Amino acid sequence: MTAITHDENLTAGEPAPVAGRTNYLNASHGLKSWLLTVDHKRIAILYLLGITFFFALGGIFAVLLRVELSTPGPLFVESDTYNRLFTMHGIIMVFFFLVPSIPATLGNFLVPIMIGAKDLAFPKINLLSWYIYMLGGLFTFASVALGGVDTGWTFYTPYSSTYANSNVMLAAVGVFISGFASILTGLNFLVSIHKMRAPGMTWFRLPLFIWAQYATSLIMLLGTPVVAITILLVAVERGLGVGIFDPKLGGDPVLFQHLFWFYSHPAVYIMLLPGMGVISELISCFSRKPVFGYKFIAFSSLAIAVLGFIVWGHHMFTSSQSVYAGTAFSLLTMFVAVPSAIKVFNWTATLFQGSIEFTGPMLYALGFIGLFLIGGLTGVFLGTLGLDLHVHDTYFVVAHFHFVMVGATLMAYLGGLHFWWPKMTGRMYPQPIARFSAGLIFVGFILAFMPQFVLGYLGMPRRYHIYPEEFQMLHVLSTAGASILGVGYILPVFYFIWSLRYGDVAQDNPWGAAGLEWEIQSPPTQFNFDETPVVRHDAYDYRTELPVPGERQGVKARSV
Amino acid sequence: MGSVRLLPPTASTFAAEYDGLFWFFMISCGLAFFVTFTVMMYFAFRYRRGTGRYVPSQGVAHTWVEVAWSLPVFFVVAVLFVWGARIFIDAYTPPKDAMEIFVTGKQWMWKVQHPNGRREINELHLPTKTPIKLTLTSEDVIHSFFIPAFRTKRDVLPGRYTDMWFEATEPGQYHLFCAEYCGTEHSRMVGRIVAMEPDDYQNWVGGTDEAEGQPKQVASLADAVDRPEKTDGGEAKAAEAESDADPEEQQKSMVQAGEQLFQMNACAGCHYAGDGAPCPDLEGLWKSKRPMADGTSVMADENYIRESILNPQAKVVMGYAPVMPSFQGRIDEEGINQLIAYIKSLDGSGGASN
Repeated sequence: MTAITHDENLTAGEPAPVAGRTNYLNASHGLKSWLLTVDHKRIAILYLLGITFFFALGGIFAVLLRVELSTPGPLFVESDTYNRLFTMHGIIMVFFFLVPSIPATLGNFLVPIMIGAKDLAFPKINLLSWYIYMLGGLFTFASVALGGVDTGWTFYTPYSSTYANSNVMLAAVGVFISGFASILTGLNFLVSIHKMRAPGMTWFRLPLFIWAQYATSLIMLLGTPVVAITILLVAVERGLGVGIFDPKLGGDPVLFQHLFWFYSHPAVYIMLLPGMGVISELISCFSRKPVFGYKFIAFSSLAIAVLGFIVWGHHMFTSSQSVYAGTAFSLLTMFVAVPSAIKVFNWTATLFQGSIEFTGPMLYALGFIGLFLIGGLTGVFLGTLGLDLHVHDTYFVVAHFHFVMVGATLMAYLGGLHFWWPKMTGRMYPQPIARFSAGLIFVGFILAFMPQFVLGYLGMPRRYHIYPEEFQMLHVLSTAGASILGVGYILPVFYFIWSLRYGDVAQDNPWGAAGLEWEIQSPPTQFNFDETPVVRHDAYDYRTELPVPGERQGVKARSV
Repeated sequence: MGSVRLLPPTASTFAAEYDGLFWFFMISCGLAFFVTFTVMMYFAFRYRRGTGRYVPSQGVAHTWVEVAWSLPVFFVVAVLFVWGARIFIDAYTPPKDAMEIFVTGKQWMWKVQHPNGRREINELHLPTKTPIKLTLTSEDVIHSFFIPAFRTKRDVLPGRYTDMWFEATEPGQYHLFCAEYCGTEHSRMVGRIVAMEPDDYQNWVGGTDEAEGQPKQVASLADAVDRPEKTDGGEAKAAEAESDADPEEQQKSMVQAGEQLFQMNACAGCHYAGDGAPCPDLEGLWKSKRPMADGTSVMADENYIRESILNPQAKVVMGYAPVMPSFQGRIDEEGINQLIAYIKSLDGSGGASN
């Protein structure tokens, strides 16, 4: 390969990478050694496989939806099928991809290493959480295989509890079960971060990725039980006819919305906060600067997590909630803008006077900030009481939450995978194609979802199979963008798999990054550290510039 | 349609207010986006590796910088909050003199009843320059009544009333959408808003308007089955399908229909004035404060009357025994609307029979 890769000697003294060293991947062999592993790194890989499967499944639904929506009338499915498609897309993407994505893969892999520990506090519970996740996934997959669900991922009552004629129970059980995986992961992270930090790893020396995981874990632990109980109540009304939400049985339909959003708004931050943690790592590394305003970023994660619990009513401005409640929720929602803005400004300030290298992961990080800016600002739009009345439950909302939960979060997830891939697998992937896919995703995403803001503002309601002809042009644009986006998401799958066999062997620290995970071998040994590390300085201890890649020593990388 | 419009029509007083705030948002937040993104791109390019502009960080805390750049954010969101809350409260607080129209949603159609009793399906004719209050309820699941040209919507709930109001400014036809997912044909639960000059509306609602075709006979709406065809078909088809309706009934106002129901169900057998009446007199009931048996008090509004008809034991007036039977299943949503209109008319002036 003539392309510039990072598989080069950064400094003359660094030992050459050696293939065939003992590491967590080759320490033991056989299916059993994987399925019964308690190694957090192997569990991370198991999760990676699981969520990639569900991402592919949810992605197929997305493709079908976008193709169907390219015409105002029915194209190849009936309304009933269409409703099932968008519901399954939402349930799978939210509960089985986005919520576990960064915490369960990158988090599982990195949290113990970053704090200087051999494993999480409860390795067996960690494995248990993966099995619970897969069991929940099995139920949801069964509901898909048996014809799907048509309630929307939000399961609004009384439609879900009384009126829907689809596999609501199966899907609800799936979501209910998978919630416990989330709770256990959160518990594991919290205890590990509190109790297992290496000597010298004080709270304010923790990488910001850990702070973000900590804030996320708080939400997982405190919020998930509420959605689990809520789903259970739907099942009780649907299965046993106990009146809880359906007014015909004496229930209150809006009660469901309060309970559901009490979890599901914080859940948005479960998806977003870990992404923000990843971005702090990436921006800092590829600017060769400590993160600007470390404490502000750390505390803004906590602020977002705490505020997240008291803003649920902003999903319900039009629901019959009193105008006073609406006003209070709007005010609280506005406060979320401040810590979010602080993060963006601090990342931008980190670039100042830095030494910015446009690697694949860095392009993903910059793409994250661009998409998050748009997603965040349109969130302010929706949080503004009067403005929400018009765009509530339209494509404007669809575009907004895709920008935040998909555009931004997936950029961060992929950026993180690109950044830590050499550490996880011991292999490098070609940078040019990684840069290309980052650009493709950014452009495809903007093209796919920008038209949806306009659609929503024009009044196109969400979850519409049939729509007035005047909206077609914008839908076609969106579908075209989505096809570019799809290619962008598929590309990394290919070159990551390719890299496992043909990629250059990665050095222990191919990016010249700071952090405990870069001080150990790639891939790490089973227990990460030969001896417990002692931390003597702050995170992001970047003081020197790296040479321009092409001018580094040992230009030709080795292939094994 | 070939052309792509980027902004919806502005056809109500609220829509005009809304657009003001919309443009404030677009300019302030658009600027915020532009400045932040440009600065980020500029830094990324200017300080790219190899330019020799690297300055190692001194590790100094810049609390004042953090405060300084948070302040404008705080200021802008504060303005948005106050402005947004002001128009929101306005949009959800109907004026007292608003003309009231009842809307009932069901899977998957909108049923509308005008004050004089005229009904329509999936269409709402209304006069411009007149504040109009919609009282909304649903027969099944949650729907949402959404008029993009008026920039407003409100969820339509089973088991209770919600309301919304607006004042149309421009005559014309506008989209009506159900915005809350309600099942299979959710995307066909659409209709049109026909805003007319007040005189035209009077002609239409009186049933003599030439331009709008014959007056519609739409009585037994619940029996209408093939709705999707009807939504785009216009008046004639609807009139045909509903030709079995009793024309007499059509002419009754909501109050008259309510009075008839009141008598048919023998409500007056218990609800009359005088000592020893088994149930409270309903004269002057509307919007009065009712003392309850448990010591609390309740404002007599739509939701209270509705609940008292369907679930009389829920709130029992002080001094009365809980003897009233439930009328659940015996009076439909539209009937309850009519009863409410009738009870509202009992303002104590003795206008109605008792």
